[in-house]
Amino acid sequence: MSSVPLLSLIIFVPWIGALLLASLPRLGAPASRLLALVFSLSTIVLALAALGSFDCASTGYQFVERHGWVGALNSNYHLGMDGLSLLLVLLTGLLAPACLLASWRGIQDPRLFGLLFLILQGAALGVFLALDFFHWFIFWELSLIPAYLLIKLWGGPGAANAAYQFVIYTIGGSAFLLLGFVAIYAATGTLDFVRLASLAADGTLGARLASLGSFWPQAVFLGVFLGFAVKVPLFPFHTWLPPAYAEAPTGVSMFLTGVMSKMGVYGFLRLLWPLFPGPLHAAAVPLVWLALGGAVLGAYAAMRQTDLKRMIAYSSVNHVSYCLLALFAVSAATGRSGLTSEAAAAALSGTLLQMFNHGLSAGALFYCVGVLEARAGGRRGLGDFGGVQTVAPVFAGLCGIAMFSSLGLPGLNGFIGEFLIFRGVWGLVPWAAAVACLGLFATAFFLITFWQRVFHGPRAGAGAGEFPDLAPLDITVLSPLVAMMFILGVLPQLLTGLYNPLITMWANHLSLP
Amino acid sequence: MESLVAYLWIIPALPLAAAALGSVTPRGSRRIAAGAAIAAMVGALVVSCLALRVALADPSAHLFYNFRWFDLGNGAVALGWLLDPLNAFMCVMVSLVGLLIFIFSLGYMDADENFTRFFCFLSLFAAAMLCVVVANSLLLLFIGWELVGLASYLLIGFWFERPAAAAAAKKAFITTRIGDLGFLLGLVWLYDTTGSLLLYDGGNGVLESHVLGDLTTQVLAGGLAASTAIGLLIFCGAVGKSGQFPLHVWLPDAMEGPTPVSALIHAATMVAAGVFLIARIFPLVSADLGLATAPVHVLTVVAGIGAITAFMGAAIAVAQYDLKRILAFSTVSQLGYMMLALGVGSWVAAIFHLLTHAFFKALLFLGAGSVIHAAHHEQDIRSLGGLRAPMRVTYVTFAVGMLALAGFPFVFSGFWSKEAILHAASEWDVSRLPLYAGLAGVVLTAFYMTRLLCEVFWGRPRSPAAAHAHESPAVMTVPLVVLAIGAFALGFLGTPAWPWLQSKLTGREVPARPLLEGGALMALSIVLVAIGLGAGWALYGRRLRAAAGVDDPLAAAAPRLFAFLRARMKLDELYAATVGRLNTLGAALAVVLDRWVWGGAVGLIARFGEFTGSVNREVDEGGLNAGFDSISERIRGAGRAYSRAQTGEAHGYLRTLAVAFVVLALLVLLGGGR
Repeated sequence: MSSVPLLSLIIFVPWIGALLLASLPRLGAPASRLLALVFSLSTIVLALAALGSFDCASTGYQFVERHGWVGALNSNYHLGMDGLSLLLVLLTGLLAPACLLASWRGIQDPRLFGLLFLILQGAALGVFLALDFFHWFIFWELSLIPAYLLIKLWGGPGAANAAYQFVIYTIGGSAFLLLGFVAIYAATGTLDFVRLASLAADGTLGARLASLGSFWPQAVFLGVFLGFAVKVPLFPFHTWLPPAYAEAPTGVSMFLTGVMSKMGVYGFLRLLWPLFPGPLHAAAVPLVWLALGGAVLGAYAAMRQTDLKRMIAYSSVNHVSYCLLALFAVSAATGRSGLTSEAAAAALSGTLLQMFNHGLSAGALFYCVGVLEARAGGRRGLGDFGGVQTVAPVFAGLCGIAMFSSLGLPGLNGFIGEFLIFRGVWGLVPWAAAVACLGLFATAFFLITFWQRVFHGPRAGAGAGEFPDLAPLDITVLSPLVAMMFILGVLPQLLTGLYNPLITMWANHLSLP
Repeated sequence: MESLVAYLWIIPALPLAAAALGSVTPRGSRRIAAGAAIAAMVGALVVSCLALRVALADPSAHLFYNFRWFDLGNGAVALGWLLDPLNAFMCVMVSLVGLLIFIFSLGYMDADENFTRFFCFLSLFAAAMLCVVVANSLLLLFIGWELVGLASYLLIGFWFERPAAAAAAKKAFITTRIGDLGFLLGLVWLYDTTGSLLLYDGGNGVLESHVLGDLTTQVLAGGLAASTAIGLLIFCGAVGKSGQFPLHVWLPDAMEGPTPVSALIHAATMVAAGVFLIARIFPLVSADLGLATAPVHVLTVVAGIGAITAFMGAAIAVAQYDLKRILAFSTVSQLGYMMLALGVGSWVAAIFHLLTHAFFKALLFLGAGSVIHAAHHEQDIRSLGGLRAPMRVTYVTFAVGMLALAGFPFVFSGFWSKEAILHAASEWDVSRLPLYAGLAGVVLTAFYMTRLLCEVFWGRPRSPAAAHAHESPAVMTVPLVVLAIGAFALGFLGTPAWPWLQSKLTGREVPARPLLEGGALMALSIVLVAIGLGAGWALYGRRLRAAAGVDDPLAAAAPRLFAFLRARMKLDELYAATVGRLNTLGAALAVVLDRWVWGGAVGLIARFGEFTGSVNREVDEGGLNAGFDSISERIRGAGRAYSRAQTGEAHGYLRTLAVAFVVLALLVLLGGGR
């Protein structure tokens, strides 16, 4: 292990940036933007540094930092990175600067915006790297406050309500999560994720919780589950999402869908699944139905949206539901005789890829809707445009790539994740894969309809007026995302190589305590 | 030379590189884009010819080159290239016909301001199709398959300012996607069962005998073998791409794209992909034939769908007025013949017809393009006419294509390949219906092609556009001539007397038969062709149309039938009323659930929360808070704000969560009980 606390740096450098911005109240707008961007860029730089010395073959945590912290709670400052964390840190590093650039113009008080955004970024990174519930939960909750303020202060006309609903709903979920972990602490005396996972693996955790009362194992599971289900969100806990994503300013929508929804999926993978394999298995079949509900009804609901941001928001419900579908399918099939680890490995690999890919494609699509909105003076209805491809061919090209990435076109990144999820789910719960196909169809349908209405046809609506093509700034934001779509579509090994040993280990050790 | 297979990727990579170059070429640099596209196709053609030489050296071998794509679990996902006579012939056909279409496009698209983009998309189309052809992995084949779909979407919608083109592009993409979902499920099923998607892999590929044996011995509910179910699912993809009933509806609309695109879609790429796919995986789809107890065989379904499509397409083509639409339905019908051939077990006849059809259909579409180009985009056959004299080359070559398609005996390629299909159908022991459908289609095909030729080229011009038409430039007519030669000559590669193509494709010597063996069937089909040609001449050639407004003789004779066929058997309307409506209903349901059920529950509980909150506030303010009145104004203001937050929806949302929690607990109990 190197002596540089790399993971701490990843988390806290953005916060140092936030601190700087806070302590320089007279900083001008351009300097504030630049400062925020520089600190935001630190993540990708440090993540690449981590990647350089990351041992891909190892399945354990790397760059571990562990110091005593709150002795009374037996809680440590414990950070670690495995393939899953690394993947999400890379995603955050890639998206966060793009989000800030998306908010480069038209933002009042960029200093405050950058400050809040850097807090959000650091908190999200903390969630992906912390391995002790105590500070993990602090990061988890701390991400809400800046997100709330970012939506409320810079959002659209309905932002106040949307932000309020978002924060209350999520805090409500977290409350159950917290209660669950209080019970876990009461039963085991530790909050360390690694320790808890090993206790869960041999059945001690369940037994200790049961010793508090037979009701507790199920209740604690449900509490923890609820915290993550709201965050992802799992259908039908998703009603906060469309207004929040739609009302947030573009850069924040990108971060919400790209990174924050992954915090929930991460929670499922890192905590709920390893800690409660038994209860999750027992609940898995109904949960598969809920995930299917999100995948299918989310896509169908998107078909009816006339607000483009709400449409992309619903498409996010659809996409993240595939991640959960795969996980629940793995859990449902755990313990079944004759289960092959290949299907589970495919499902899990697909989940991780889908998390990353959805971050790229949904982020890019939200940005593109932001471009449309800016050009149309705030309008972003499906019927407010027409023939945009005629006037803005470069924009149409980049947006088209993002759209096809989102609908899972082979050759671009989205396909491989979805293919692996379908391949895995078919081997685990075949009927679920068949039902989920409806979601794929509906996604293609509404995205192609979106394209037909906005980009094709004679010039109309905002497309008939002054509609400049992409500015250099727009291209700066979109081109790295679009480039990654191509690169990962052709060379998925770049990502799968990072985490394949990890998910292989998971898939080979599926068992119920 | 055998190591060539490792470099087979060059064939699709060349046009792909041209497409990439075209995508960044500025609009004005026409020569660069078109030059790169054509040079890439020439390169692909050269490599394809080399590959064909290698493949023909040992026609029974399947040369392959596999590699790891990415790690997955304990293994990896592998892709690979394959070289055998089947795909070598396809490569040569696609790159040659594609090249001719590219050259033709130089003239046809000359006046279009998006010339550069057009060549970029054309190259992408060719690259995707060549990827399908050289793939040794169903996954790679599927990747190319979907990219073919993308390229067709881009090209059908090339004139996207026209609402009809935009709608047609969408329809093509969505309709083929329905079939592709079946394909995808078939793929994941196959992958899950065999652990591989490689076609040939030294004994472990999915087309190799011991894997196929496993697939047929796994029996599902209802006595269905796994290979049957997988084969049928994969066939769904072919139905969508190859315009088979019931997913054929996109193909006639696809003519909204520029005419060279139609030629490419209908001849070399796209629709050929489905037929090629089934021929490629023929060992898999025919694996269940040995199972006497199977409730259904994949090939029986294929034959049935093919027969329906062959007849239906031809019947609808009789009653169309649009030049390109007639050709489009003739493609639907001809693809039906190919599927029929596959279904009755003769994949070689299917590929033979695929190759000959590629030439004469490309010829017909490019000929139609030449006419449309000359007649200022007039494509209603009633308004054309009299083009025989001014467009000599186009007329003669079009007539060659028409006779080849109609199956004019002995000298035209279409005759031999169609005979091969009918011969195979006559030997099928399951049912005679495909043969009858095929024979009925023969009459109709000869009839509607005669009608087309008479209406377009004979008589007097019936519109100013037709009157002013003149021959297209050489860049357009030379490809026509080359294709016309192919429409003649190609048939002689596979006559019963010299079954060279059949021998090479199957990899074993196919015995030569007397040229006129099975003479009764051949005589019958020649008579049927003669009837079709004669009836067409009697109705449209003997008494030429006088003016654009005159009724079609058939419409006068049987108005209701004609109207029904003209409305394409009302299938589009049927789909709009069923599948389309169901889809809309699903979307409406999803929104209603969201707004009223989930959102409603949240709202309802929020109201309840507000109510209890207000009770709380009364108690707080009236009772407890009275003592704190002395606290400063500022803090009290903040406190009120805080208390508002507490009394409003906050409780409501928490309670929603509690309710959801209970519902979930119930679900868990129910699920746990299972």
